[in-house]
Amino acid sequence: MAAAKKPVRWHIAVFLAPAVLIYTSVMILPLFGTLQLSLFGRGESGLIFVGFDNFRTLLFDPRWSASFWNALWNNTWFFIIHMAVQNPIGILLAALLSNPRLRLRGFYRTAIFVPTILSFVIVGFAWKLILSPLWGVAPSLLDMVGLRSLFEPWLGKEEYALTTLGLISVWQFIGIPMMLIYAALLSIPEELLEAAECDGITGMSQFWKIKLPLILPSIGIISVLTFVGNFNAFDLIYATQGAMAGPNFSTDILGTFLYRTFFGFQLQIGDPNMGAAIASMMFLIILVGVCIYLFMIQTRLRRYQF
Amino acid sequence: MKRAHLSILLMASTVLGMSGAAQAQDVTLTIESWRNDDLAIWQEKLIPAFEAQHPGINVEFSPSAPTEYNAALNAKLEAGSAGDLITCRPFDASLELYKKGQLADLSDLEGMQNFSDVAKSAWQTDDGSATFCVPMASVIHGFIYNKDAFEEIGIEPPTTEEEFFAVLDKIKEDGTYIPMAMGTKDLWEAATMGYQNIGPNYWKGEEGRLALIKGEQKLTDEPWVAPYETLARWRDYLGDGFEAQSYPDSQNLFTLGRAAIYPAGSWEISVFNEQADFEMGAFPPPVQAEGDTCYISDHTDIAMGMNADTEHPEEARTFLNWVASDEFATIYANALPGFFSLSSTPVEMEDPLAKEFVSWREKCEPTIRSTYQILSRGTPNLENETWVAAANVINGTETPEEAAKRLQEGLASWYEPQQ
Repeated sequence: MAAAKKPVRWHIAVFLAPAVLIYTSVMILPLFGTLQLSLFGRGESGLIFVGFDNFRTLLFDPRWSASFWNALWNNTWFFIIHMAVQNPIGILLAALLSNPRLRLRGFYRTAIFVPTILSFVIVGFAWKLILSPLWGVAPSLLDMVGLRSLFEPWLGKEEYALTTLGLISVWQFIGIPMMLIYAALLSIPEELLEAAECDGITGMSQFWKIKLPLILPSIGIISVLTFVGNFNAFDLIYATQGAMAGPNFSTDILGTFLYRTFFGFQLQIGDPNMGAAIASMMFLIILVGVCIYLFMIQTRLRRYQF
Repeated sequence: MKRAHLSILLMASTVLGMSGAAQAQDVTLTIESWRNDDLAIWQEKLIPAFEAQHPGINVEFSPSAPTEYNAALNAKLEAGSAGDLITCRPFDASLELYKKGQLADLSDLEGMQNFSDVAKSAWQTDDGSATFCVPMASVIHGFIYNKDAFEEIGIEPPTTEEEFFAVLDKIKEDGTYIPMAMGTKDLWEAATMGYQNIGPNYWKGEEGRLALIKGEQKLTDEPWVAPYETLARWRDYLGDGFEAQSYPDSQNLFTLGRAAIYPAGSWEISVFNEQADFEMGAFPPPVQAEGDTCYISDHTDIAMGMNADTEHPEEARTFLNWVASDEFATIYANALPGFFSLSSTPVEMEDPLAKEFVSWREKCEPTIRSTYQILSRGTPNLENETWVAAANVINGTETPEEAAKRLQEGLASWYEPQQ
């Protein structure tokens, strides 16, 4: 019997259409719009094509490149803080939560996750008040335990401001790695853990040898999400430090640098083309980062089928 | 049955609603502004006064946050959704809008005759051929002090710099009050209330400002570095943790009576009158030696122009003519003590603190902020750089000489007369 002619599967196109159309119109087209905008500059009579001149200015003009590298380094430091503090603590919390003997699990889970759903503006404002040297609770709390001398106006000091903001952001988003890892830990089958116990692997070594390898793919995903989130960050810095990302640009990250350049600030007039060039660089950095993960790390991660 | 009733009711209400719309031929003008503090004054005093005389024109005041105003306004103008009347920032921000054809030329507006050339200079093309905003007000810098605190400690408002620091020392010694309420977190406080406040006494007002524009003086010259050196000395008299103290923090610190002196702009007067329950006085920036001419920053700050794309140019011009009138000037200056009318006819004011500020116009030479005209046209932007430099100098993370050198290099990188 000859193979029946496969019917055209229209329903696939029909069901995909809404998502594809919306995604294309609000994400893909603007993205190409930005890339195109970055290749133009303002000439005597309106916009003119300048090729990669904007990028050359951004990377090689002493002033622009100083701002750019400063923002990029600050952004990297912001990311390092998240990777070094947020994710390990998130894993630890998830491990504690998945302990069946822990009581009030639901309460802890919710309490730790709640800051994640708060607006940046609220978080920024609340922390600004908490850390305020004038009316904040931080100095008085430190005073109560006799450590007032340790208090510094953290948000106003060049050497501490960015780290402080990083930790505020960690406080806000710790719930996300916790939830993802928690879900991964719960999906490890009981039999596997029982088998391990039969082999004498219990307690800490059970976590290191059995559970951790099984949740590695989740940790990978979290790292990528953190990377993308951090390099797109803007809101928290803008809400607490303003568009000038003070003191002395020590908290300036790519997002605030882009904002100031694109929209202008105070007496500085906005420059959409240089702004678009910075936005394109951000896109490129994130793209490279995600590709490194996808092609070099994810392919080497072993997945286990239960 | 019930449903039929409902639909009749709905239809009736639609018809009624439509007839209502047809009746009201009123034109509504929307004002864009960054003065969200003034919302009540516009809604309760200014707009009713205008609407009473001009039936058929409704005016709506729709302000946005000061720091976001320029960006938001630019975006709205590009998108064609901006209001009919635009509150104008002085100099380049507005000039740029005029050049892009977004602000209409108002040179032939009758009301313009009420203003002097100096008053109009902030909203004119460089050659003065076109004026595009009606000047509304200027603000004066100086220091506001807590009279009760001064009496308690037994000190008098200083006139020279030496006296100024002696007064600060006494307040510090006494210990009841923080000598001076200012923070560096928001940066602009340090530049505007600090550098631009005391600076004119060093660079001799207009003389220095124009010399800088012409390229005859440099930012590394003594008159431009000395204010930074004085600012660096302020550090010891600011409150604990001033590095993280924001502008509202400083305002509250003073109005709660915890600080004795507040480096101010006159725009604070109306807010302070409401919040402080002690008597306040003001003194101009102290001069270096007894008998020196004093210079004050009397900065042309706010004006109003017309969106070139407005659908109601006639009505908008009517409103702008009213803004140029004596009536507006009187209501405005008294409702907002601290915003001084730029009108050629003097305005009677009642507020004692505002009177004190405006009295300096008679004995001191006025100037405007040094960074506003022409010098903030390029990148890096001199005004924004000055914010950072002033805050750095007060924080002690940069010396006055280093800061001045950095500013000069930045300015020279794009401004020809300085090269």
